[in-house]
Amino acid sequence: MIPELGQFALILALLLAVVQGTFPLAGAARGVREWMALAKPAAQGQFVFVAIAFGCLVWSFLQDDFSVLNVATNSNTRLPTAYKVAASWGSHEGSLLLWVLMMATWTVAVSLFSRHLPNEMVARVLGVMGLVSVGFLLFMLLTSNPFDRLFPPAPEGRDLNPLLQDPGMVIHPPMLYMGYVGFSVAFAFAIAALLGGKLDATWARWSRPWTTAAWCFLTIGIALGSWWAYYELGWGGWWFWDPVENASFLPWLIGTALIHSLAVTEKRGSFKSWTVLLAISAFSLSLLGTFLVRSGVLTSVHAFATDPKRGVFILAFLSVVIGGSLALFAWRAPKVGLGGRFDALSRESALLANNVLLAVAAGSVLLGTLYPLFLDALNLGKISVGPPYFDAVFAPIMAPLVFLMGVGPIARWKKAEVPDLVARLKWALGAAIGAGLAVPFLAGKWTPMIAFGLALAFWVFAASFVSVKERIRNFRGGLAARMAAQPRSYWGMLIAHVGVGVFIVGVTVVKGYETERDLRMDVGDTVTVGAHTFRFDGVRDVVGPNYRGARGDVTVSRDGKVIETLHPEKRIYTAQQMPMTEAAIDTGLFGDIYVSLGEPVDGGAWSVRVYAKPFVTWIWGGCFLMALGGALAISDRRYRVTARRESAVSANQAA
Amino acid sequence: MNKFVIPLAVFAILLAFLFVGLSLNPREVPSPLVGKAAPAFQLAQLHKPDAAFSHKDMAGKVWLLNVWASWCVACREEHPVLVDLAKANVVPIVGLNYKDKPDEGRAWLKQFGDPYLLSVMDRDGRVGIDFGVYGVPETFLIDKQGVIRFKQIGPVTRDVVNKKILPLVRELEKQS
Repeated sequence: MIPELGQFALILALLLAVVQGTFPLAGAARGVREWMALAKPAAQGQFVFVAIAFGCLVWSFLQDDFSVLNVATNSNTRLPTAYKVAASWGSHEGSLLLWVLMMATWTVAVSLFSRHLPNEMVARVLGVMGLVSVGFLLFMLLTSNPFDRLFPPAPEGRDLNPLLQDPGMVIHPPMLYMGYVGFSVAFAFAIAALLGGKLDATWARWSRPWTTAAWCFLTIGIALGSWWAYYELGWGGWWFWDPVENASFLPWLIGTALIHSLAVTEKRGSFKSWTVLLAISAFSLSLLGTFLVRSGVLTSVHAFATDPKRGVFILAFLSVVIGGSLALFAWRAPKVGLGGRFDALSRESALLANNVLLAVAAGSVLLGTLYPLFLDALNLGKISVGPPYFDAVFAPIMAPLVFLMGVGPIARWKKAEVPDLVARLKWALGAAIGAGLAVPFLAGKWTPMIAFGLALAFWVFAASFVSVKERIRNFRGGLAARMAAQPRSYWGMLIAHVGVGVFIVGVTVVKGYETERDLRMDVGDTVTVGAHTFRFDGVRDVVGPNYRGARGDVTVSRDGKVIETLHPEKRIYTAQQMPMTEAAIDTGLFGDIYVSLGEPVDGGAWSVRVYAKPFVTWIWGGCFLMALGGALAISDRRYRVTARRESAVSANQAA
Repeated sequence: MNKFVIPLAVFAILLAFLFVGLSLNPREVPSPLVGKAAPAFQLAQLHKPDAAFSHKDMAGKVWLLNVWASWCVACREEHPVLVDLAKANVVPIVGLNYKDKPDEGRAWLKQFGDPYLLSVMDRDGRVGIDFGVYGVPETFLIDKQGVIRFKQIGPVTRDVVNKKILPLVRELEKQS
């Protein structure tokens, strides 16, 4: 009964989405107020029904209703409750429902926070989002119904993939999807602006907080995924350039470009058509990522069960949404006109370079991801593109970008002078180069790559310091008061940039100084890695709720003193007979100690992996800072103030 | 031409490729080479770049060809197994260092141990394609006549060594 209710709710949601996607758009085109007014109630109703459907699915999982195919294949009576909830988005069907729920959530958020926008704009934005929603609801109902029944019901479920039984997996997909789907808001604003023919600074100001919010979620989502791979896959790596990782990274790169380009469009009125193109691209790449993951076109460790029918549907959907919006762009964008002029050296040109570099980076990642497919389609053979390509291509593009990150915030709008910039930044540059050269010496190992990476990171820190110093110079009062006088959007930008620096420190130091030892250890054997000594005290049997396994005891000591005992595990999940490695990690601000069990060797000995990963947490800490910066920027006063002012104006006009 | 049409044109091309891609299966590589003669190759050796190694050098022997790379994380998983297998001295292992930088490959072997009789460099991955490699690591068992008898996709585990590779090696050794 409950699954049928869920299915029915989905159908109702689809009908409401159709209403939301047609009448408001037609109303905005023909100026029919009543049709436009349908947008908000339809969007909110759609959200209610999608939420009901999602609740029904979670309920089926909690009740172990193995007459539902999705539950039978992805859950088990002995699966812990938290993972039963998470299992509802562990499968292809369930994750689509989560996607649609996120989409409905963003739509409702737009409908609630758009009181100050003109009616036509709201109607168009919600209409476009409604159309996207129609596509996904249809996809789900036609090819991937999460409520399909299984007859006769299974006596026991097949259990959730053990890789997904992890706290990180509980929050990673929702965050990632919030980011993916969040770009649909920027997309809808761009399409609405193209339809209405009004691409101006106001449009950019409305889009900015939504874009930044989506970007924050995506940043957190990607960081969580990378962290999960680090501690769950048991290899100690944090990024593998896997097609699915790339699929999430592409919208992030373009989204980052979009955030910066929107700033120029709002402040200076330039880059308009480029900004629109980025907004379309960011969401298009989210959709493309969905296609790549779910159609089986590329092989990947993350791949969902594939079905050609699904692939054809998403491809058709892609061609309608992306093709349609790019056609609209080709038709409308030429009339947009140019914005304010700027010199070859100015903050605009720095941001333009930022955009070009990010777009090139995204292009090369996309090329590397799809290259095997291109060759295969042209019958030129099968190849795989590995990390060597991405490492070789990506870092050289990022280095100038990071350099610009120091210059951009300090350069003046419209026209900047080289001697002036040099005078203001020479100390920062000197400090960065000096520290980059000196620190690896003090750390005991100097290579050009480490020095270069650290110099880039210190450059970001030093240039940010210069920026703050110059910003607060002209304000009165004590240091705290002068700092408080700066808008939150400024601090947001600064923190996000510092986050990039922190990220670079993490990547550089881990790559340069990590030690990895794979060795055979008998009970009582010790090994010294870095400053720590590890003693292997043997392995005991453990029994978990839905697995059994072996738990190792490894005593860690430093300077002869015992610090702690780590417990790496090797588990076999009973339902799927799948072995899993649970690494034991001692996380610290300045480095992780990472111990994982390999295979048993004869006589109680095991192959053991001991890694020392200095500063590895800075990689995710940097991502967190970037997202925090974004969140601060959204909370800036001016969005709230202008919102209030505009609603006051429209209220006056109404009166 | 109107420059604003360019994104649409690029997308149309992409769409065509994706459509063709749907009918292809990335896991289906012209590979099931088991039972067929191993592809011929001649490559420079990793540790002696001036010296070449060819499949003919192993004629009359039962041997393993293991595809590995220093950038390949799963190779670390299987490496201890190969090192132990090499110590047992039952079957020679030849490494195919796939799309790797020679320096990094050598450093990697220094760090984790070198189970290989020798490794050859397949820098552009051409021999890998002949062998139908679509992911590293992969391992092939080749008999005295140069016919592939077994193929392991992904890391070799102790289980695979004990239950599949070793019995098969013993059986193949008996054949003339």
